[in-house]
Amino acid sequence: MISSKYDVVVIGSGPTGSVTARYAAENGASVLILERDREPGIPVRCAEGVSHNGIAPFIDIDQRWIASRIETAKLTAPNGESAYLYNNGIGYVLERRLFDNALAELACRNGAQLLTKANATGLVWKNNRISGVKYTHLGQKKEVLCDLVIGADGVESRVGRWAGIKTDVALKDIDTCVQYTMVDIKVEKDTIEFFFGTDISPGGYVWIFPKSEDTANVGIGISGHMATEKGPKYYLDNFVERHFPKGKITCRVYGGVTTAKTLKKIVKNNIMLVGDAARQVNPLTGGGIAQGMHAASIAGKIAAEAVKREDFSSQFLKKYRKEWDIRLGNIQNTMYSMKEKVINMSNDRFNRLVKVCQGIPRDEFSLKKLFTEAVKGDPKLILDIAKAFVVYKMK
Amino acid sequence: MIINRDLCDICGSCVAVCPADAIEISEFKVTILDEVCINCLKCIQVCPIKAIKEGN
Ligand SMILES: Cc1cc2nc3c(=O)[nH]c(=O)nc-3n(C[C@H](O)[C@H](O)[C@H](O)COP(=O)(O)OP(=O)(O)OC[C@H]3O[C@@H](n4cnc5c(N)ncnc54)[C@H](O)[C@@H]3O)c2cc1C
Ligand code: SF4
Ligand code: SF4
Repeated sequence: MISSKYDVVVIGSGPTGSVTARYAAENGASVLILERDREPGIPVRCAEGVSHNGIAPFIDIDQRWIASRIETAKLTAPNGESAYLYNNGIGYVLERRLFDNALAELACRNGAQLLTKANATGLVWKNNRISGVKYTHLGQKKEVLCDLVIGADGVESRVGRWAGIKTDVALKDIDTCVQYTMVDIKVEKDTIEFFFGTDISPGGYVWIFPKSEDTANVGIGISGHMATEKGPKYYLDNFVERHFPKGKITCRVYGGVTTAKTLKKIVKNNIMLVGDAARQVNPLTGGGIAQGMHAASIAGKIAAEAVKREDFSSQFLKKYRKEWDIRLGNIQNTMYSMKEKVINMSNDRFNRLVKVCQGIPRDEFSLKKLFTEAVKGDPKLILDIAKAFVVYKMK
Repeated sequence: MIINRDLCDICGSCVAVCPADAIEISEFKVTILDEVCINCLKCIQVCPIKAIKEGN
């Protein structure tokens, strides 16, 4: 049964909504999650790549939601030359639908309630205070009261806007993406691939994330400010035509990934934003799952603390912001500066970067070695190398 | 702005860039409120499938 009042209402049951709900409920808050779709995790709008270290603190790894285990990354330069990056820890290509469901189940097991087919449409205000959420459920208009609203409503977030928080991003701070899930193609199951180049993917990259020996998510993200009439589909179709002329497409998705800094404001009285809604995505890689879950673990605990203290003021909730900046927010700012450089990187630099990587034998591959080699050959490449590594490690 | 609903994938990218909060989104459809829109055209540029055109 859904009650009429909760301590906390979370809007959205993506990874960040579910993790926030779980930590808040586990620490004593009564929590309701509203999800507008029929179940968590659909439609999947994601390349599904994560690092083991990014998600392991928040959920026990379960083979049921893992499609493939990743050990290497391969970079391909505009001139067609490739290099492998070894020794960088394990990653996974997920089954996001099952992963998101597992996280929602974890939230529910820890005491949260989930209501699907519940589309939040606005906030309830009382005496100028946010005191609940308006939503529609199975064709009916409803309201639920709460002390704290958490907007975990993804890239399309409107919750912040309802509270008067500025959430829109600049065109250069969002990648416009298309992805095909393809079958009957030949891929290396333990390797994720990235293709760079101004003619291949302006200001972004093409990815191939394998789900088995003959299936993969093949997608592209191009920087919003470089997306002319052509758009990402034009570039992806070209790529697929060249690399997988015989492959078949079983799923097409379109989407946006922000490559911004975290919003200036992610809390106000009685409200917090997490995940894509707060723009807590790695700006260099577009990876938002692990980052969002990390932010959610902080937000959920602080939400529960706020409930215990009965203090929902932005003053108190700012603890979440502080903790986020210390753990990942400041790193995100560094990534953002790198992104600003990388979107303007020339084909020639990408070519040279891959060449340096090629020069290092597999068993000697390490970031340190790469730096040493780079210094010998082309000192200016160091920064670019750091970027390339980060692409792999943080996705 | 006119949205071609046969093309739109309800991905929300346009909502993320709209400076005027002129775009509403549900699980079934995206709606641009002409009276709120300030014609900045950001949504047209970001849309991955080019489902938005100028006009009303
Ligand atoms: C093409 C593409 C590829 C990507 N690849 C990767 C990748 O490989 N690795 C990675 O880490 N990240 C990737 N990302 C980013 C990643 O998908 C997001 O960062 C991640 O899903 C964010 O999680 P979230 O919980 O914040 O939001 P979401 O997962 O978007 O969840 C938001 C939820 O809120 C619900 N919702 C929205 N509005 C309302 C409302 N009004 N009422 C009720 N419910 C609502 C939605 O239905 C949804 O379930 C990719 C994104 C795209 C578009
Ligand atoms: S033109 Fe600008 S203001 Fe109008 S809907 Fe598109 S993004 Fe919003
Ligand atoms: S960006 Fe395009 S496809 Fe995505 S929701 Fe807006 S109109 Fe639809």
